Amino acid sequence: MTEWSFDVQTMTEPLLKITSVTKRFGGFTALDGVNLAVAQGERFGLIGPNGSGKTTLINCISGALRNEGGSIQFSGEEVSKLPAYQRTRRGIARSFQIPRPFTSMTVLENLLVPLEFVAHRNSLLRPDTRAEAMEILQSISLADKAGTPSNQLSQVELRKMELARAMAARPRLLISDEAMAGLSGNEIDEVLGILFKLNETGITIIMIEHIMQAVMRFSQRVVCLDAGKIICEGTPTTIVANADVQRAYLGA
Amino acid sequence: MKTNGYGFWIGSAVVLALACIAAATIKNEYYFFAAYIVVQFVVLATAWNILGGYAGYVNFGTSAFFGVGAYIAVMLIKWMNLPLGLQIVAAACVGGALGFAVGLLTLRLRGIFFSIATVAVTIILETAVINWRFVGGATGVQILRPPVMEPFDSYTKMLFVCAVILAIIAVAIARYIETSWIGRGLRAIRDNEEAAECTGVPTLKLKLAACAISGALMSAAGAPLAMYQSFVEPASAFNLTYSVSALAMPIIGGTSHWIGPVIGALLLGTVQQVVTVTISSELNVLVVGVLLVVFVVGAPQGIVGLFVKLREKIKGKNI
Ligand SMILES: Nc1ncnc2c1ncn2[C@@H]1O[C@H](COP(=O)(O)OP(=O)(O)O)[C@@H](O)[C@H]1O
Ligand SMILES: [Mg+2]
Repeated sequence: MTEWSFDVQTMTEPLLKITSVTKRFGGFTALDGVNLAVAQGERFGLIGPNGSGKTTLINCISGALRNEGGSIQFSGEEVSKLPAYQRTRRGIARSFQIPRPFTSMTVLENLLVPLEFVAHRNSLLRPDTRAEAMEILQSISLADKAGTPSNQLSQVELRKMELARAMAARPRLLISDEAMAGLSGNEIDEVLGILFKLNETGITIIMIEHIMQAVMRFSQRVVCLDAGKIICEGTPTTIVANADVQRAYLGA
Repeated sequence: MKTNGYGFWIGSAVVLALACIAAATIKNEYYFFAAYIVVQFVVLATAWNILGGYAGYVNFGTSAFFGVGAYIAVMLIKWMNLPLGLQIVAAACVGGALGFAVGLLTLRLRGIFFSIATVAVTIILETAVINWRFVGGATGVQILRPPVMEPFDSYTKMLFVCAVILAIIAVAIARYIETSWIGRGLRAIRDNEEAAECTGVPTLKLKLAACAISGALMSAAGAPLAMYQSFVEPASAFNLTYSVSALAMPIIGGTSHWIGPVIGALLLGTVQQVVTVTISSELNVLVVGVLLVVFVVGAPQGIVGLFVKLREKIKGKNI
């Protein structure tokens, strides 16, 4: 496979364009003028040490938090003032680092929420949302758990359900926040496979991951965040070799 | 515990028919006087459950909405002697608007902060009415009942049938919400509000709708109080026991299914009436308190939850 290289300046209208986004918690600056552009269909990796602001950035993109300064454009539209549910309806879906299942519902019902509130909210005919949810669960081999209460799932099943629920919103951009943390080697491969398959259907994917190997295998382009600032950007190979990244990660 | 559409409406028709038959045949008015209170609590508990049970926002302000409903009726009687039906409709409209307004002010708060804010609303409204001379201020106001309408032979019986109709409407609305996409959205909010919002649920809008509908039903339940007692005073119309009972009944009955608040209200309401007659009305609060603690600790899913567990056990044995 050829090395992919995206140049932000020459990119024809990116799907997601973040310009000097800043987020403070009290006096603490969690994001400090972050610039970022992700192309349609790209597999994009976001890395950085613990506490560097990755989840905060995702929260700002998805609308769970409001950024103080800067702009966030999705598909050419400014979305940073929109409530989270509006952004989801426009095509931004995410999974949570710490899974947040709807615990009173079964796995299948968890998927019905985005199917009813996003994908089919304007359907006049009553679409068979259960069949559709089942299809999604089958595609990630979680169908046998469809009727299981979501508070009885194992760690890997929870992670998969988080992804399935995000998929059910029929997103154009899917952000996966450390979906592989705490999983075994085989399980990591399984989740990676799911994300690759999604990407093949045209969905742009931002993967946040602590497990370097996984990000490097998956991403076409990687950005490294440290203390709320982007310290470097490039292909997986250049990132691994980058001195700043090594310093941020190893403290060397 | 799934009932299809027809089953529910046939059941409602049967309940209404029984209420009418009882009104036509039973002579002792006292039964209707007591039953009215029980049915009124079915409305209040069902209304409370729409926001408190489905969405998980614990409202301590039932008495505020109830009292507003009662006083809207008082106002309309004093102003232009509007009939009972219109009093109820007007009370529902005002209660809905109040629910929306209170929701706008408080629904951004979560958990205990929301609950505290609803208590504050009750106190503010009661204080306002106490200082309002037109409706009698702190001493209250006497209401003259108009002559009873055909085919009823007593006003209390008429109010009882009216309360049954209100209860059916309230339960039908709650049931519709529960089984539709709105209910799914509210449950998602209760389970995890942030995840709900990120899966496309317009959380604030849904909470506002739930608060407005819930408030409208609570105020509608309060409207007939003026006629029922022929007297309304702030201390009783805004009495905190309405808030406590409206919260305790769904929790005891079970908050996840519309039948839960109905069971809780019928059960607890009846016990309250019996205790009031046989011992004293002061003991009511104690009964509610003890039952609430027992259920919260021993059966947090309420009576409905106990039934579901029992059914699963029986199923398990059969297999
Ligand atoms: N809601 C919040 N309130 C206060 N501080 C926060 C909040 N969320 C995150 N932070 C802080 O912001 C920094 C970045 O956190 P986070 O984005 O979760 O990092 P990462 O996901 O890269 O590990 C951390 O120092 C964290 O303590
Ligand atoms: Mg994180």
